[in-house]
Amino acid sequence: MATSRRQFIKISALGAGSLALAGTAFELAKGSSILGKISGEKENGPLRTPTYCEICFWQCAGWVYKDADGNIQKIIGNDDDQHCNGRFCPRGTGGVGQYHDEDRLKTPLIRTSEGGKDSFREASWDEALDYIAEKLKKIAAEHGPECVALFTHGSGGAHFGHMLKAFGSESIAAPSFAQCRGPREVGFLTTFGDIIYSPERIDIRDTRCMVLIGSHLGENMHNGQVQEMSDAIDKGATIITVDPRFSTAASKSKYWLPIKPATDMALLLSWINVIIENEWYDKDYVERYTFGFAELKEHVKTFTPEWAYGITTIDPNIIRETAREMHNAAPSVIVNPGRHVTWYGDDTQRLRAVAILTALLGSWGRRGGYYKPDKLNLPSYPVPPFPKPKRSPIEAYGGKYVLANEVVANGLCDATIPTVTDQCNFKAWIVNGTNLLAAFPNQANTMQAIQALQLLVVVDTMPIELTGYADVVLPECTYLERYDMIRNSGHRQPNVALRMPAVEPKYNTKPASWMAKELAGKLGLSAWFPWKDMEELLDWQFKQVGTSLEEMKRIGVKNYPREFDDLYFSPGEDVIFNTNTGKIELYSTDMENEGFAPLPVYTAHEEPPEGFYRLNYGRAPMHTFSRTANNPNLTDLMDENVLWVNPKVAKLWGLENDQMVKLKNQDDILSTFAIKVRVTERIRWDSVYMVHGFGHNNKKLSRAHGRGINDTELVSRVHIDPVMGGTGMRGNFVTFITDFDMSGKEAEA
Amino acid sequence: MRYAMAVDTKKCVGCSDCVVACQTENNVPIGFCRDWIVEVTDGTYPQLEIEIRSERCNQCANSPCVRCCPTGASHYSEGGVVLVTPHKCIGCGACIASCPYDARFPHPDGYVDKCTFCLHNRVNKGLDPACVSVCPTKCMYFGDLDDPNSPVSKVLKNRKHKTLIPEAGTNPHLYFLI
Repeated sequence: MATSRRQFIKISALGAGSLALAGTAFELAKGSSILGKISGEKENGPLRTPTYCEICFWQCAGWVYKDADGNIQKIIGNDDDQHCNGRFCPRGTGGVGQYHDEDRLKTPLIRTSEGGKDSFREASWDEALDYIAEKLKKIAAEHGPECVALFTHGSGGAHFGHMLKAFGSESIAAPSFAQCRGPREVGFLTTFGDIIYSPERIDIRDTRCMVLIGSHLGENMHNGQVQEMSDAIDKGATIITVDPRFSTAASKSKYWLPIKPATDMALLLSWINVIIENEWYDKDYVERYTFGFAELKEHVKTFTPEWAYGITTIDPNIIRETAREMHNAAPSVIVNPGRHVTWYGDDTQRLRAVAILTALLGSWGRRGGYYKPDKLNLPSYPVPPFPKPKRSPIEAYGGKYVLANEVVANGLCDATIPTVTDQCNFKAWIVNGTNLLAAFPNQANTMQAIQALQLLVVVDTMPIELTGYADVVLPECTYLERYDMIRNSGHRQPNVALRMPAVEPKYNTKPASWMAKELAGKLGLSAWFPWKDMEELLDWQFKQVGTSLEEMKRIGVKNYPREFDDLYFSPGEDVIFNTNTGKIELYSTDMENEGFAPLPVYTAHEEPPEGFYRLNYGRAPMHTFSRTANNPNLTDLMDENVLWVNPKVAKLWGLENDQMVKLKNQDDILSTFAIKVRVTERIRWDSVYMVHGFGHNNKKLSRAHGRGINDTELVSRVHIDPVMGGTGMRGNFVTFITDFDMSGKEAEA
Repeated sequence: MRYAMAVDTKKCVGCSDCVVACQTENNVPIGFCRDWIVEVTDGTYPQLEIEIRSERCNQCANSPCVRCCPTGASHYSEGGVVLVTPHKCIGCGACIASCPYDARFPHPDGYVDKCTFCLHNRVNKGLDPACVSVCPTKCMYFGDLDDPNSPVSKVLKNRKHKTLIPEAGTNPHLYFLI
């Protein structure tokens, strides 16, 4: 993952092919010579426009700088922004690459079929939107408007979501819930009656001890958190990292617990046991605020460190020592709830254990623990009430996942597949800013749903795997070329941020806000889009909160004072929690009422069969999911993923560094492409690791195609969390295939 | 005045933000870089250590590159910063061969390029170099070694540190906090 000086040299020394690459890239710098740039820079001049980043969900606010010729040159963080404190991460800094990427979607495309062969034809915007409108009307007439679903993981989703609600469907889902952070939200909701939010309400800046469980901060570049972790290191905070891999965060930690994969629950239960047995919990806090302590105490009595040792392989003394570290730091301690936590199917219960530990240490509502974020009440532009859909999205998976507090995306996907009773719920998908074939595990299942659709509209900036299956492709301009809705985020202080176009849209691309409004017009839904354009809409909204579009163009971000002084609980404060008992539920009545274990239990998960290794995956700081894999600036830092293999395993298989291997999983699924081996002591012998988001098979991605392996295609076995529908993805095992024909790589793709 | 930089290996996560910020700030063509990340792993599982370093030109006080440059293109500028004057450079590559840190590369425009500490475009305007100002972990410190109150002087006074390949006798102005 590290940028190697050697690799860069190699690129420049490759000859003709690489010269062409450098030449293309260098065109970007034309019109502003190196020397001209040096003298022409204006750090505070008029050549900057505000934006908030779209390369990941953190949405840092910053400034886009242009040179004297009006070309985008760089993006720098906004000093007033609480998400980034004036410092963008590598992806945000490299966001310029998304604008410059010559492989972008350039014009609307409509699928046509001639002689049994499907192809895309270029279309005008009018034609493409007419096509969609006609199909949507037909589906609404035959099946009802609620049979249209929207999947989104981008800012464009707000515009299409608004249109869909006006059309008569509330089936709007983001894979960021059931494929990612859902279990922690439900785990904390059932315990504290409130969720974690994004950015997370954790007070890393002032913490004295942070415990990371499988969360690799620094490799997952959650900007504000990484910054605050660095501040905490400066202040001497203790970091405890639990990970089978020696992650970057592990290397910064006082304690690294190299846990056996899939056994985290046992460690958490034994920490709870140690803290209760030694009376290291916050007695006043537990007495005052919690429900079910006696039941908890009885429940964890046998979960001693010695019991956990047999399961986790973590030394019992280390379990006690780390528990004492947490106790010593309490209440300024964060047992970090993580973000991507859909692992084994009992994830909500594991996050319940994290929440219980948090409550015992008294760190919820305390400085250096969890703070209460405050968010502005931002009025929406007045529109008529939305029609009431005949079916709510949760009826698509009726009776299941009852504790999910957001729509379960895979629930909608599953409900698209026709059943024998023909209770098919969804006939059309609109997908914005998410490559569902990489986001959902079990690709065969996703493909089955896609094949059943009457209409698939993909709205994106890049050709991705999913665009290949679309009926209509709508090319969205990048975030640097458009307005979007106001970023209204909860943080230590309420705040708003503006995204405005720095330049005109390249090619024949359009903002999603424009597409949704035009499409609404064609569907007879103009009443729900009464504004002339985004400027009018944004100005109206900004004026409701004491600012204006004109002011926001100058300042980019506006912070407001908190309404109440309630960042933390005050000493002895009477707090009523939004749970059935009004208390922090160590013993969850919600779980009990729905037939789930009211106190978390350890379940043994399947282990890899002989010759197989658990497939673990994670993030690299310079990439976001699969969406940045073709970004010229970011592929320059990392252009493929590699397979981490323990030296013992490498010896057994005769694997060497940089050797190309394919992987086959327990269901006999063979990876499409091959991956380079990285022999490293940093990984356990029972698992392998790769960064998610590579191995693209869309040939239109000139830099990403065929580079590395797509971990998602090997995640065919999914462990569904019965509590909230999360798709547990860490129960897949792979073996090495060293004997394959490298020349077949192109033919297969 | 002696400009210097210190990189805290205890905080650097190797995210490469410094690399991409330098590229966009200084128009470094894609495929090349003036700074880069080095990650060194020591030990065997589970007794492990990693040192992560953001590296660049060491801005040596005794620079082999300046000494061996036949045209005077490589020279000491303000604060001891080593610069290359593009129009004087004939691209002979002697400096590339002489640099113990492998900090220089041939720019496609026909001259040798490397880190400038952002001297002209930022530092002379009172700004930190692009890499220092963007770093999410704030692991880089920059300033004048002759000014005891500069961030780099202060951190070097309080923290254990090292330079790379000290045996080369180059007297580097790039320090690593360890």
